[in-house]
Amino acid sequence: MRVRIWGCRGSVPTPGPQTVRCGGNTSCIEISLDDGTVFVLDAGTGIRELGNQLAENGVKHVHLMLTHLHLDHLEGLRFFAPLFDPESTIDLWGPRSPVVTLKERIRRSFSPPLFPIDLMDTPGRVNFHELPKTQWRIGEARLIASLIVHPGPTVGYRIEADGSSVAYIPDHEPALTGDFARRSRDWISGGSIAEDVDLLLHDAQYFEEEYDGRLGWGHSSVDSAMAYADAVGARRVVLFHHDPTHSDETMERLEAEARSLGSNTHDPPIVAREGMVLELPSR
Amino acid sequence: MATARSKHLVLILARELASNLATPTLIADAEGTLVFFNDAAEEIVGRGFSEIGEMPMDEFSASFTPRTRNHAPLADERRPTRIALEERRAAHEQLWVLSRDGVDRQVAITAFPLFAEADEFVGIVGIFWRE
Repeated sequence: MRVRIWGCRGSVPTPGPQTVRCGGNTSCIEISLDDGTVFVLDAGTGIRELGNQLAENGVKHVHLMLTHLHLDHLEGLRFFAPLFDPESTIDLWGPRSPVVTLKERIRRSFSPPLFPIDLMDTPGRVNFHELPKTQWRIGEARLIASLIVHPGPTVGYRIEADGSSVAYIPDHEPALTGDFARRSRDWISGGSIAEDVDLLLHDAQYFEEEYDGRLGWGHSSVDSAMAYADAVGARRVVLFHHDPTHSDETMERLEAEARSLGSNTHDPPIVAREGMVLELPSR
Repeated sequence: MATARSKHLVLILARELASNLATPTLIADAEGTLVFFNDAAEEIVGRGFSEIGEMPMDEFSASFTPRTRNHAPLADERRPTRIALEERRAAHEQLWVLSRDGVDRQVAITAFPLFAEADEFVGIVGIFWRE
């Protein structure tokens, strides 16, 4: 299993000289399996360049897994090359809503005054799938999606394939559920997807002192992210969803802060950087 | 997949809400298992949740020998928690209970179902009101 980060910025794209090393594109991850299956996790602005790469490599079928429909996880979809290729198929998976279907919610972002082209007029084939409530399979991969603490219907994903596992929880505020680190894992938000996972990509948008003024915004401090990683037994942690005000230098301080917290993960935590490739060996 | 099944997020959030309430509150999951009651409920239950742990809701309710205001046995189908679990609607009842500490208490119970997404029943909340 190969994980590549195409965008790891939170909230809004932040291009510019201050964010060259971590990158300014919003959330998008590519997971490639040995059997050729391609998963794309979230459709932030990072998906635009990924789409170009997929086209160049002749990939005609992808599974696009959306965690939720906040703009920083959806805004790149309108510029995703496979959507405009009549030979491409996108299986698009996303959380259910109590009121409106996934397809209708996504169509809104393809309508005036936001965008000139209706989603139904794009030549690529899109199959919409509201997420199953239990684990399911796609090819050789086993997947599970679980609702997690974040405003609006939001899920995290776990993908197991090629003898390893990855959990993707880019927007998450488990601190709202109290002292989760002292709870059994079945009482931890997203516990079933992150438990004993080989690689956890998790929200760490803030320093602890920043979090105090942003309680309830749906994101974690680095302290909370590391406590979460320990509580679920993650082996390796990549800190994700960087605050738009954080420069590369600030992110280096955040990474140092994470490492100083004395986590039980096997490898030191790292902050996500655009272009980063993580190879997960079979265990 | 080697992972344990997590409680539904709605139950996790309900537990956190209950933990911060001064009103005695219990939570049961969709299968009818009592999964939590808060510290405020200890006075009525007579013991803390950590001493009792998860158990079938029917068994938990029956242990209080619930009775009507006239001290007649309360039929199972009139228990608010049973109604919320089986009929998936809100229910309210005034009754007498014999707590595990041996004290007879007059309480009212309001129970209501919890639905997630459009149609997914995930459990119930029961609230005790001291009469």
